Amino acid sequence: MSELPDHTMQGSTVMEFKARHAIGLPVTGEALVAHDGFSARYDLDRINGTFTRPAHKLVGQSYVGKVLVLDTAKGGVASAWMLHEMASRGIVPKAIVFNTVNPILAQGAAFGDITMLAGFDQDITAKVPHGATVEIDPANRTLRVL
Amino acid sequence: MKLNEEEQAMLAGELGQAARLAIEHQIKVGDFFGAEDFVPVTQAHIMADTESLGEAGVRWLESLSGHGDSRDAVRIPTITDPRGTDFAKAGMLKQAPWMLTLERRTIDAFVKLGVSMTDTCINYQTIQAPTRGEHLAFGDTGVVIYSNSICGARSNFEGGPSALSAGLTGRTPRYGFHLDAHRQATVRFQVDWTPQSLNDWGALGGVIGRLAGNYWSVPVVEGLQGYPGSDALKHFGAAMASFGSIALFHLVGITPEASLLKDVGGEKLPVSHRIGQAEVKALQASYAVDDEIDVVVFSAPQLSLYELRQLADLCEGRRFVRPLLAVTSPQVKPDADRFGITGRIEAAGGQVLSGMCFYQSYAREIAEANGWKRLATNSAKLVNILGGYGYVPMLASMEHCVEAAQTGRLA
Repeated sequence: MSELPDHTMQGSTVMEFKARHAIGLPVTGEALVAHDGFSARYDLDRINGTFTRPAHKLVGQSYVGKVLVLDTAKGGVASAWMLHEMASRGIVPKAIVFNTVNPILAQGAAFGDITMLAGFDQDITAKVPHGATVEIDPANRTLRVL
Repeated sequence: MKLNEEEQAMLAGELGQAARLAIEHQIKVGDFFGAEDFVPVTQAHIMADTESLGEAGVRWLESLSGHGDSRDAVRIPTITDPRGTDFAKAGMLKQAPWMLTLERRTIDAFVKLGVSMTDTCINYQTIQAPTRGEHLAFGDTGVVIYSNSICGARSNFEGGPSALSAGLTGRTPRYGFHLDAHRQATVRFQVDWTPQSLNDWGALGGVIGRLAGNYWSVPVVEGLQGYPGSDALKHFGAAMASFGSIALFHLVGITPEASLLKDVGGEKLPVSHRIGQAEVKALQASYAVDDEIDVVVFSAPQLSLYELRQLADLCEGRRFVRPLLAVTSPQVKPDADRFGITGRIEAAGGQVLSGMCFYQSYAREIAEANGWKRLATNSAKLVNILGGYGYVPMLASMEHCVEAAQTGRLA
C-alpha cells in the first residue's frame, strides 16, 4: 500500500483526517461507527438494509444512507458484486470508511460507484463520534467531522 | 498507472467495448492502491453466484456480452467459482424458479464471453494447480490463499468484476501480493499442537485468521509437525481467509517460500501468539450451542474425491433421519459416480451435489423453505459465514456430523 503522511487537524469546530486511499464522489452524511469488520455477505441483511450478524457491533442497525466508519474489510469476494446490487436498489451505505481495506471492497466501490476512504495512521473508529455528521472528499482524501 | 501500447488501445476501445470497460475498471482499482502498472496474468477465476450478482449484476453481464462483437471475449483461460445451484438437485433444495432463471442467464452471458464454466472452488486440485511465481487473477478467497501460500503463485483477492476484467484484458493491476515486499511475514505464530482432522485444521486456520487481523497481514507459523496434505491445507487456508481476510500465509518447512523462517523475514519478528489445542477447541466450542440439528452440510470448500471417499466409508450401514448434503465440483462428481462413492452416500439417505456451494446457493431462502436452522458441518469457513444467514451453525468432525445425520443429535 502506498505510504503518504497522515494529516490530522483539530480546530475548535472541525476535525479532519487524511486517508491514503480514496475513490468516488464527495458525500456528507451521518456516521455509523464501530471497531468491527465489514462483509456484505457475512454481516448484512441486504434486502432490508441492516446488520444481522449476531456478533457484529452494529447488529440490528440500518446502514442505508449512512457513512460507515469501520475497522477493516472482512470476508469473501462476493462483496464486490453485492455493493453494486445494493446500489441498484438504493439499499446501500452512502460511503464506507476503513482503517484497513482489502481489494474486494475497493473493487466493489469502483464497480458500484460507492465512495470509499481507507488507510489512516490512527484508529479512525476511535476518532469519529458515532452519529456525527461527516463530510467525505475523495479528491482530497479527507474525512471531516462537522 | 503507466499503460503500454496495447493497454492504451484497450482504453481507447480499439480492442472492443468489453476490454475498454474492463480496463477502465482495473485502472480505478489500480489507482486506489497506487499500482504503477499492470502485470500479465495466466489464468482468471471468477466468483459470480447470482445471489451476489442479483438482477443488476446479471443485466450488467448481459450488456457486456451482448454487443455481438467477437472481440468481446476473454484473452486468457478464465474459469468460474461454484454456481448458485445444482440444476439436478434444485427441486430437492426447494430453490425457486426465479433463482434458476438468473443462473441460466448468467451462464449464457459468461459462455458468450468465452468463460469456461468449471464451477469449482478447488480448481487448484481439479483444473490446474498454479506454479510458483505465476501471476493470477483468482476469485474465491480460499482459492487465492491456497494458490499464494501452498503453490507460491501470486494473486490478490479478485472479486467477480475484477476477475472477469482480468480475463478480458489478460492482466491485473500490480499491487499487493504481486509484489515481493508484501509477501514477507508480518506476524509470527508458534503452534504447539498439530491438528489431525479437517475440522481441527479449519479451526486452527480460523484462530490464526482472527488474530492476524486484516488482508495485509501475512502470518508465518512455526511448530507444525509433519506434512499436512492438500485437503487439510485447503480447510486451514479457507478458514484463515474467511475469519481474517488473509490471502497469504507461510508454514516454516512446509510452504514453498518459507523453507526457513528467515526466508520470509520471520526471524525479525517477535512471536506474537502461541496457539495450542485449547485455543482450537475453544473456537469449536463457541459454536456448540445445541444438541439437536436440522441438516448436515459438507461444503466450503467443495469436497475432493478423497474427502467424498472418506464420507462414503462413514455412511456404510447407516440410515439418515436428517438431510446430509455433500457438495463437490463437476470435475470430481463423475469420478465419485464411477467409483460408487455417490451411490454409497445416497444409499444412506445423503445427497451429493455438484458445481455449487452451500452458502452461495441462496442459503437464507433454502433454510426458510426447508425448515433448516441448526446446521452441522466440518467446515470452519462455513460456520463463520452462516451465522449471518440466520443459521445456528455447529462445527464438528466428519464422523460426528455423519452420526448427527443418523440420530438428529450432535454428540
